[in-house]
Amino acid sequence: MRAQFRLARGKFTLDVELAVEPGEVVAVLGPNGSGKSTLLNLIAGLLRPDTGHLSLDGRDLLGAPPHRRGIGLLAQEPLLFPHLSVLANVEFGPRAQYRADYRETALRWLDEVDARAFADRKPRQLSGGQAQRVALARALAADPELLLLDEPLTALDVDAAPAMRGLLRRVLRTRNRPAIMVTHDALDALVLADRVIVLDAGRIVEQGPTRTVLTRPRSPFAARIAGLNLVPGTTVDGGIRSSAGVFIAGRGSAGAGEDGVAVFSPAAVAVHRDNPHGSPRNALRVRLAGMEPHGDLIRLRAEDGLAADITPAAAAELELEPGQDVWFVVKATEVGVHAARGGVWGRD
Amino acid sequence: MTLPRLLWVPALLGFAVIVLPVIGLLDRVEWARLPALVTSDAALSALGLSMQTAAMSTLVCLLLGGPLAFVLARSDFRGLRVLRSLVLLPLVLPPVVGGLALLYLLGRNGFLGQLLGVQLPYTTAAVVLAQTFVAMPFLVVSLEGALRTAGERYEAVAATLGAGRWTVLRRVTIPLLLPGIGSGVVLAFARALGEFGATIAFAGSLQGTTRTLPLEIYLQRESDVDAAVALSLLLVVIAIVVIVVARPRAVEGLR
Repeated sequence: MRAQFRLARGKFTLDVELAVEPGEVVAVLGPNGSGKSTLLNLIAGLLRPDTGHLSLDGRDLLGAPPHRRGIGLLAQEPLLFPHLSVLANVEFGPRAQYRADYRETALRWLDEVDARAFADRKPRQLSGGQAQRVALARALAADPELLLLDEPLTALDVDAAPAMRGLLRRVLRTRNRPAIMVTHDALDALVLADRVIVLDAGRIVEQGPTRTVLTRPRSPFAARIAGLNLVPGTTVDGGIRSSAGVFIAGRGSAGAGEDGVAVFSPAAVAVHRDNPHGSPRNALRVRLAGMEPHGDLIRLRAEDGLAADITPAAAAELELEPGQDVWFVVKATEVGVHAARGGVWGRD
Repeated sequence: MTLPRLLWVPALLGFAVIVLPVIGLLDRVEWARLPALVTSDAALSALGLSMQTAAMSTLVCLLLGGPLAFVLARSDFRGLRVLRSLVLLPLVLPPVVGGLALLYLLGRNGFLGQLLGVQLPYTTAAVVLAQTFVAMPFLVVSLEGALRTAGERYEAVAATLGAGRWTVLRRVTIPLLLPGIGSGVVLAFARALGEFGATIAFAGSLQGTTRTLPLEIYLQRESDVDAAVALSLLLVVIAIVVIVVARPRAVEGLR
């Protein structure tokens, strides 16, 4: 998909150009009011730009109404049609497109999101997580060539979000069609997206592979939500085996043997000059590359990209200087282990 | 918020202004003669005519006012606000003026009357037209309110699922709007049923053809007060049923 839009609304101007390759999942991050949802509405055809162009697989789409674009939308709220049963909701897309196999298609997607048991229920009888799963099935049953996801996990409670995230990951990977996801959660981008675009005040201020943007953010917004330590590797029982062969214990939902990543905040890292042999902690030997102020703290930057935030007093006590070998120590409970988009890590 | 207690006095008086007259009417009813009075030939003929014409005009309101409500709620063009205000005209215009206006538009010498070449005044069709004129805003306003409250989010989702405009209208918008349509229809029907001024000015008062229940009541008031009161009671009962059925959505729609 290739798109270029310009839209002025009062003081706000959206001016973006983006391309999404076949099968690629792009996350759009940005503060409130940065134009993320506007961008999705422009692509879906629910808004018209002042100027621009939009093409998908070589088809010019800007003049096409939303229902002729083949672009699906999963919003923050499930928005299941309240007067229709779950099954009729999922059948809606294929029936609207006059496909004869609408029943089989709907049942297949209900199976896919593990919601066939609710087929006869009305939407009001579903929990938030169940409703969002059904909404995903409904969006996919329409067989869109491009799927737009507008903060699909935001309205879910903490218990339902991880399951939905896992489901999205599985579905997006199997479909092998492009998707654009608006989110404010670095974790969503990490688990689901190949590439990240950061939008601020209607403009793209940063873009790149997910790992690069999240570990070395250049824009202030990305730095605020990201700045995370990410260690890629292969998931194993109870943690991850990094590509360098180090085992990092952590908590997470990923099964063993997947491409994955260990995630922890720089603030969760303690720094030691010698290897502390305490059992529940992960100790990573790193070489210091630099130090910089980070709010009230000092951010230590290691040569392999990992970061640690420590107090100035601790930094002084450790007598740290660049080039020195130290141990970054982090509790297993502070480490999240997630399956991540395969292939991302090789590009960086 | 706790209201100042003094406010209760005018509030209760206001309520009394609305409710006491009905009680006064109930007090005047000759209960013994009631069955005979409401089943007299004249009464039954007026009641039948009222029901038929009110049903017809409600249907016309729905067929024309429904699309009008959609246009007012969902489109955007210059002059839309003026159009929206004009739709309310029959609400604020004295009905008898509306009736005269219809007469001079569609009468023997009215320009549309000459153009069409049909004699509309003093026919049952004129009754339907007069009732449609006064009842239409009730349907349009409550439907437009329901459309605005519903928003366009479900329609947008339906479009991204590949549904064309008619499919969206048929399978999403109208089903979601059914409660609003129901209360709009009930309100319009009630207004049509009670219509008096426009009808008498445009359609006259011919028994069996244009003399609806309110006209019959007005006529009986001079010859047989008991009959007028009995028929009034009939209209009160119908009105109360309508309020119970249509509340509260229709009233909220009018805000």
